[in-house]
Amino acid sequence: MSKDTTITKADAVPSPRDGASGETLLEVTGLTKHFPIHAGFPIKHKVGAVQAVDGIDLTIHTGESFGLVGESGCGKSTTGRLITRLLEPTGGKISYRGRDITRATRKEMMPVRSEIQMIFQDPYSSLNPRQTVGTIIGGPMEINNINPPGGREQRVRELLETVGLNPEHYNRFPHEFSGGQRQRIGVARALALEPKLIVADEPVSALDVSIQAQVVNLLQKVQAEMGIAFLFIAHDLAIVRHFTQRVAVMYLGKIVEVGDRDSIYNRPRHPYTHALLSAVPEVDIDGEDRERIRLAGDVPSPINPPSGCRFRTRCWKARDVCASEEPPLIQLGGNRDGHLTACHFPEEPTIAAREEDIILDPALAAIEGAAEKTL
Amino acid sequence: MTTMTKTEGEPALPGSDPFLSVRDLHVRFSTEDGIVKAVDGLSFDLERGKTLGIVGESGSGKSVTNLTVLGLHNPMSTTVTGEILLDGQELTGASNRTLEKLRGNKMAMIFQDPLTALSPYYTVGRQIAEPFMKHTGASKREGRAKAIEMLEKVGIPQPKTRVDDYPHQFSGGMRQRAMIAMSLICNPDLLIADEPTTALDVTVQAQILDLLKDLQQEFGSAIILITHDLGVVSKIADDLLVMYAGRAVERGSVREVIKSPQHPYTWGLLSSMPRLSSDVNEPLSPIPGTPPSLLNPPTGCAFHPRCEFLDLVGGTRCATDRPDLPAGRGSACHLTAEQKQSVFIEKIQPRLG
Amino acid sequence: MLRFLVRRTLGALVILLFISAFTYFLFFAIPHDPALLSCGKNCTPDNIALIHRNLGLDEPIPVQYFHYMVGIFAGRHFSVGDCSAPCFGYSFANSDPVWPTILNRFPLTLSLAAGGIVVFLLVGLGAGMLAAWRRGTFIDKFFSSVSLVLSSMQIYFVGPIVLALLVYNNQIMDQPKYVPISEDPVGWFSGLLIPWCVLSIIFTAGYTRMSRSTMIDQLQEEHVRTARAKGMSSRYVFFRYAWRGSLIPIVTMLGLDIGTLLGGAMITEFTFSLAGIGRLAVDSVLRTDLPMLMGVMLFSAALIVLFNIIVDAAYAFIDPRVRLS
Repeated sequence: MSKDTTITKADAVPSPRDGASGETLLEVTGLTKHFPIHAGFPIKHKVGAVQAVDGIDLTIHTGESFGLVGESGCGKSTTGRLITRLLEPTGGKISYRGRDITRATRKEMMPVRSEIQMIFQDPYSSLNPRQTVGTIIGGPMEINNINPPGGREQRVRELLETVGLNPEHYNRFPHEFSGGQRQRIGVARALALEPKLIVADEPVSALDVSIQAQVVNLLQKVQAEMGIAFLFIAHDLAIVRHFTQRVAVMYLGKIVEVGDRDSIYNRPRHPYTHALLSAVPEVDIDGEDRERIRLAGDVPSPINPPSGCRFRTRCWKARDVCASEEPPLIQLGGNRDGHLTACHFPEEPTIAAREEDIILDPALAAIEGAAEKTL
Repeated sequence: MTTMTKTEGEPALPGSDPFLSVRDLHVRFSTEDGIVKAVDGLSFDLERGKTLGIVGESGSGKSVTNLTVLGLHNPMSTTVTGEILLDGQELTGASNRTLEKLRGNKMAMIFQDPLTALSPYYTVGRQIAEPFMKHTGASKREGRAKAIEMLEKVGIPQPKTRVDDYPHQFSGGMRQRAMIAMSLICNPDLLIADEPTTALDVTVQAQILDLLKDLQQEFGSAIILITHDLGVVSKIADDLLVMYAGRAVERGSVREVIKSPQHPYTWGLLSSMPRLSSDVNEPLSPIPGTPPSLLNPPTGCAFHPRCEFLDLVGGTRCATDRPDLPAGRGSACHLTAEQKQSVFIEKIQPRLG
Repeated sequence: MLRFLVRRTLGALVILLFISAFTYFLFFAIPHDPALLSCGKNCTPDNIALIHRNLGLDEPIPVQYFHYMVGIFAGRHFSVGDCSAPCFGYSFANSDPVWPTILNRFPLTLSLAAGGIVVFLLVGLGAGMLAAWRRGTFIDKFFSSVSLVLSSMQIYFVGPIVLALLVYNNQIMDQPKYVPISEDPVGWFSGLLIPWCVLSIIFTAGYTRMSRSTMIDQLQEEHVRTARAKGMSSRYVFFRYAWRGSLIPIVTMLGLDIGTLLGGAMITEFTFSLAGIGRLAVDSVLRTDLPMLMGVMLFSAALIVLFNIIVDAAYAFIDPRVRLS
């Protein structure tokens, strides 16, 4: 773990994937987004910044499904918006199929825009209530001046059928549909331009449980049939595991661990990944052989993130070096290719129950400690 | 059509009388579009110190039921019939004054979003101490001391200074801890937690769930945990009630319902959510269609329009005849016990991996 | 808080500077020569030129404006005598000094506006809260309908009717008049009672509807439900939780209404023949009396700006989220 191991070096490591061709579609290096905070007197000036995304690297390959998980404030949604250029990056580089699009103008973005599409979380506010379904789905084709054979209306009807809606509903308005159906309209809109990459930001978390599975299956069908790469952003670890082949775990604007699905979910090394996985409430009655880790408190504010390793304030292994030195995102000994971890004191690559649970929460520790003594 | 009396009789163990008993509860709202049958003939029991999980999707009536128990529904537009017995005391027709004495004292509630559920205008300490002062007649100073003690118990660091903070100065997890402190301050016999962790981050959710479970040991309260997440109930509940369209469709211990579910809706819920241990190559099996409108619920079994197994019952029975939920462990479905078992083993279990 | 007040005061001064310049230059856009007013019937060009020089109107407008502004802070010398700061000059029409005249007229307008605020807040908020408390009942519907009718009543319409009914025809009350509160509090109260009520009618209706709807919104807030779930009594929940939350929109509306209220006070003064600032403003417009008009404009604008600073400061007292961020 020498200091000269730069973060960018990590990107050179080829990533193992299930099946996909391996061609790099999107490459992000050192991507940073700081939202300035203005205050002061008499003239407002910048007094700080929300470090929403702070130097992340990731690569998405053609046809691959890449997951981004983390808790609130980790910067996963901001990352999605930076990649689709809905937000301007503060620093770093985004290159799409070898072309640098970080600072591309509106005109330069035109051909790329149609290839990178987005699906939003809230199916209620992301569709214009005054437009018909036909206009919503056909709009992107009109803006990009695309005339499919058979006409745009024909194409929209085909798309409605693809996402499991009745093509007859072409002239209906969004309010006539349920939440799950609206999310299907959002998917159809994203598909209209035959994109190469879809950024899906919490696409199912606003839906009822029974409807979530319908939409996940639809997205999987679309991905498999059309070979579209996905950046799947979600807080639900089980859904991300189900949907994606590679996963990055974010914490306070940084990627703390990235790797293939099996490595992240079964052989995690970063303490935060361990804590996150152990916190998932599984439908399990007995056979609870997973480790139990209970952190203390909430995620700190991204306005003044901790120095060095950002997780150190909640980590049970933190030592002085964690505060002074930021751990590089590197491949640790024993890890598979492409499984990178940013930690000075990584955990054992297993999620099995430990001899002693890690309970950092003071209230839990107090109650459970007292209970143990009386036993 | 079907008699409601059949649904009575509960999985209560012999000798232990239920401490909360809901019998044939109907809750109806009048809206501009018509009458919403939010809860339609619900019965359940809860024993002292036990935890009952109520699982269902939005519109299943799970939240309405519990607001009704506390009498927090809007009396102008809501009609409530049936019985709610808390420790032998009838609550459905009780006066507001009676309910006020019970609320926050004998029965308390934790809401989903702790940011909107706490008033932004008063300090956390004051809001926590209020029910204590009201129900025990304690002074301001005693109330404050008790609030500090409760904050410490739920794991708020530096409770002596944080007691004077306002809710917006707390993080999401801390606010929910403050809500828990507030609900437990009078040591209630019944605690209703309505999606207490849905608005929280995963790591915080785990802390809060464990905290609720641990505090229950200490305070001995019975808990009703309302959630849409079967994973959450399986962590802390003893018994489980699955609700669909205002009715209970399956009931049993958590182990029974999760290990050998009987109702097609429960099967659907279980097989539509991926688990960390499930086979990633196995596609999810969603429940087809959408939840019904409660303005005009389907006839017969409310789940029949979305049910895969209508043909096994045969005829039009599912569409015309509403199945009853039998006493104790069981499900409201026309499939025979053998059919339920064989369908679960042959079709459903493989999906769950 | 201090920093907030300093910042807002500086901002207010900038606003007032803009208003003064705007009014001053706009005045000269009117095709009317104020010198004609004091020139009399036998007006010769020489006379007019003389008056221009006496009034300072022979200089370029920006220079005049500059002298005027300097005078406010430093005082000014006129042919009729010295005018100490704050000097707003002398009336073109009758050579009265502007500042003392305004100070003399102001107590009446202040009494009128302040009394009006008290009446419409008491009646309006009370009726609105009662309607929200008894939502859906007869009381609610009654207040809602009455406020709808009242909101279409105008001062100059209601005023004469009330006068005719209570004063002229039946002699139940005396003709409205102004007695300084320092001289005769009872006379002050009874003399202004009718103007207060007439002035507050439209506002009362607005505040009834507004406080009803914000109270109903607040009663549906989740933290209000939490308070009920804690066993707090309906009255406690209503006054401590719901009412506290509805203060913000009410105070906001009050801040927006202060300008309208001053305007309403002016109309009321006219309706009841009371000599306040409003009367003064209208007279000076009709006489193209620039110094008096400027004085009244700046004074009223300063009042409105001051009131808005008070309203913003009030937010901090009402809402800890504003205070602590």
